[in-house]
Amino acid sequence: MTASATASSAGWRLKQPSIIPGFGLTLGFSLAYLSLIILIPIAGLLWRTAELGWSGFFAILSDERTIRALYVSFGTAFIAALINVVFGTLLAWVLTRYRFPGRRLIDAMVDLPFALPTAVAGIAFASLYAPNGWIGSLFMPFRIAFTPIGIVIALIFIGLPFVVRTVQPIMEEIDKEVEEAAATLGANRFQTIFNVLLPGLTPAILTGFALAFARGVGEYGSVIFIAGNIPYVSEIAPLLIVIRLEEFNYAGATAIATIMLLISFAMLLVINLIQAWSRRRYGNV
Amino acid sequence: MEVKINNIRKEFDRFAALNDVSLNIASGELIALLGPSGSGKTTLLRLIAGLDFPTAGQIFFGEEDASRHSVQERNVGFVFQHYALFRHMTVAQNIGFGLKVRPSASRPPKSEIKKRVSDLLDMVQLSGLENRYPNQLSGGQRQRVALARAMAIEPRILLLDEPFGALDAKVRKELRRWLREFHDRTGHTTVFVTHDQEEALELADRVVVMSQGKIEQVGSADDVYDRPQSPFVFSFIGESSHLPVEVKDGAVLFQGQPIGISEGADAAGDLFFRPEDVVLTDEKDALFGKVTACRRLAGTRIAEIDIANNGHDPFHVEVEVPLHAPVELGSEARFRPTRWKIFRK
Amino acid sequence: MSDNRRISFRNPADESFSTKLVLVALSLAFLAFFLFLPLVSVFVEAFREGWGTYEEALVEPDAWAAIQLTLTVAAIAVPLNLVFGLAASWAIAKFEFKGKAFLITLIDLPFSISPVISGLVYVLLFGSGSLLGPWLKSYGIEILFAVPGIVLATVFVTFPFVARELIPLMQDQGTGDEEAALSLGASGWQTFWYVTLPNIKWGLLYGVLLCNARAMGEFGAVSVVSGRIRGLTNTMPLHVEILYNEYNMVAAFAVASLLALLALVTLALKTFLELRFGAGAAGGRH
Ligand SMILES: Nc1ncnc2c1ncn2[C@@H]1O[C@H](COP(=O)(O)OP(=O)(O)O)[C@@H](O)[C@H]1O
Ligand SMILES: [Mg+2]
Repeated sequence: MTASATASSAGWRLKQPSIIPGFGLTLGFSLAYLSLIILIPIAGLLWRTAELGWSGFFAILSDERTIRALYVSFGTAFIAALINVVFGTLLAWVLTRYRFPGRRLIDAMVDLPFALPTAVAGIAFASLYAPNGWIGSLFMPFRIAFTPIGIVIALIFIGLPFVVRTVQPIMEEIDKEVEEAAATLGANRFQTIFNVLLPGLTPAILTGFALAFARGVGEYGSVIFIAGNIPYVSEIAPLLIVIRLEEFNYAGATAIATIMLLISFAMLLVINLIQAWSRRRYGNV
Repeated sequence: MEVKINNIRKEFDRFAALNDVSLNIASGELIALLGPSGSGKTTLLRLIAGLDFPTAGQIFFGEEDASRHSVQERNVGFVFQHYALFRHMTVAQNIGFGLKVRPSASRPPKSEIKKRVSDLLDMVQLSGLENRYPNQLSGGQRQRVALARAMAIEPRILLLDEPFGALDAKVRKELRRWLREFHDRTGHTTVFVTHDQEEALELADRVVVMSQGKIEQVGSADDVYDRPQSPFVFSFIGESSHLPVEVKDGAVLFQGQPIGISEGADAAGDLFFRPEDVVLTDEKDALFGKVTACRRLAGTRIAEIDIANNGHDPFHVEVEVPLHAPVELGSEARFRPTRWKIFRK
Repeated sequence: MSDNRRISFRNPADESFSTKLVLVALSLAFLAFFLFLPLVSVFVEAFREGWGTYEEALVEPDAWAAIQLTLTVAAIAVPLNLVFGLAASWAIAKFEFKGKAFLITLIDLPFSISPVISGLVYVLLFGSGSLLGPWLKSYGIEILFAVPGIVLATVFVTFPFVARELIPLMQDQGTGDEEAALSLGASGWQTFWYVTLPNIKWGLLYGVLLCNARAMGEFGAVSVVSGRIRGLTNTMPLHVEILYNEYNMVAAFAVASLLALLALVTLALKTFLELRFGAGAAGGRH
């Protein structure tokens, strides 16, 4: 079983020798399943885009409504990820450094956006922040729901755990002696935090930002209820894909999806580069 | 800078890590805190630095009460056991940190910082590595970066916590000599912590022997080795054996029998002696026991001897014997201490 | 005077009590607005008109059909991804082979793809404009706007969950235990069953829990492929949307509250696993 997968032609080996069985079976199954479920369908999408040709592709993307929708999606995701960097880092700090009643509960609740179905979050936010909702009514006449601000609020919810859960483990590893060393060298607490601690956390914070941003750009369920979905103003790109599909405008849907997909891949690449860079420079410790 | 430590006590959740510790450190002195792990050495160092605050007692830097000054104001150089380097800063940035964070009134200009950093790099023999990151350095190099970083702020006192603890034996020996030279050149008042007695005895002007949160003895290497003042110091430093004895009418009795040595006042206590301070003898008044092991040590031999104890576990002692002395495994050996100390019960 | 200074001493690696208070309060306020209030509001809205209306909203035939469909979809998607997760983590954690890092990246891919796109790829593959769709239809097989499409989209979206949980766990555990078992004469299956599986069971359970929560709650991908035919291809999240858009708030929140409950149970189990078996059993990101 193992031997069959070990292509050992001219010294090149796929796999290093091992006495453990099952390599061919498990890798073969994984690759087949991965291809069927993920790779072939995505390739189909890219194939459909290729059929459009460059001119067709750009014609769709230069449509004003598409541009605005992409702008809304990326803009709101960017702002929400920035806010999450601030509050997510603060939250990670409070959870790792301070002991207070309810800390465990809060720590557990940070994962709520991972576990709560997006549609549920969506209708909850919409009704809370609507002009007659618990929170929305406090801010009247300033409107939160049915504007891009509403989108940002939903995306803050969605992205928060990405930042907290990326930064928290790195914070837990910080050696208190490093902070004490800074103090013996004359640094006040503010200088220690901004010159010593935050630079050390930067790779984790950037990774958290990228994850929250990538997730926010593609988010659909939690956003559409609160967004108001006004074309050119608060219509997000994933919704525009759905609208194009409902119009049976497959080309339109495909082009928008492809551009979003490419940007996702770029984000993935950026995340991997950040991690590789910080591993190389600061070591794993 | 002269440092006075007066009756310091430090409790952690009611557990006394330091108990009534007093010590005067003279200006320019190189002093070692020596003791087993958990004896409170690091705690004392942290109190001097201002990283912790004593439960009771005072610390004076010269004439001024250190408790009035925060750690930032105390201007002490602290080298942590695991260096605590800033891993996202280069060697040069690490060393220059203490100057960079000064308030603008007392901060040297950039060019001055640069020069100071490069002088310090010369001093710790790391020139050329200024742009490396800590994880690109060996343990010994990290150690020296940590030292240069602490020196950059021109500290009033230099505190080193087990400076060589994490290094391998060879580097350790090299750095030990290097630190002594470094100290003699810069003349800083320096306190270093170690649990390695060889290191303390070789390096320090004075050794502070600590045990269980207390100072057992302060003195030169000769003092603590030749004139130990407590059973702990006697057994912690160098090799030694001890036996329960009584002193009656000037004669020292072991198990009621005279052993051929005498002492001033009558008392009961523990007789301590070192393996090398022993002679073999044929006389009747002596210690005697069965040789259970014999090993060669450089120019002499060490014999391990079990002394019978009325059916209880035998007393175990070690003595040094001449190479050709008739001491064999299983035979009986008779000996007497030539130098000893009795600590009263 | 020196006594005043003594009282104000604090460790230099610590903030003052008032700073801590402010930071904790700020965090709690943030969480209140973004986590707690939305969660609470789901239940408050659901029970706005009392238990009777709540119960009615759930036993209503369309809601009941949606619940059944959601359970069915999860019951197919989760075991599929469980098997995949085990196979992939076995290959990745127990062997060294070329392209491993790339394979891990590919497994993570669905995390970074918009759920709408996850649905779209199947619409393109099986839709009327495709090659496959009409061909399957001629044999009477419906994928799109039918249960198979919903299952496929759900499998896509929940694809990485189990594998993601198991890979780091099994990599940490290395191959020593398996090699020992094999050297003692155990077969490959015996080794897996008696040695590997007990080592990873809590991580596996955690992965399955997350996978299940997402499978039951997935909205975007399913909404694209389902066609939202009431009583037929409506899952619970889709049903929530329909009710909400019909301004039937109490019913929408009643169905939503079931999903929220599922999320809370998932989190409670996760926390329990972490407390009981250490952070290693249930860590990782999603
Ligand atoms: N922050 C602390 N909290 C509680 N106990 C401590 C703390 N720091 C030190 N101790 C205790 O104080 C004693 C002395 O510790 P330490 O000074 O680190 O010893 P040494 O450096 O000599 O090995 C030990 O028993 C240790 O457990
Ligand atoms: Mg120590």
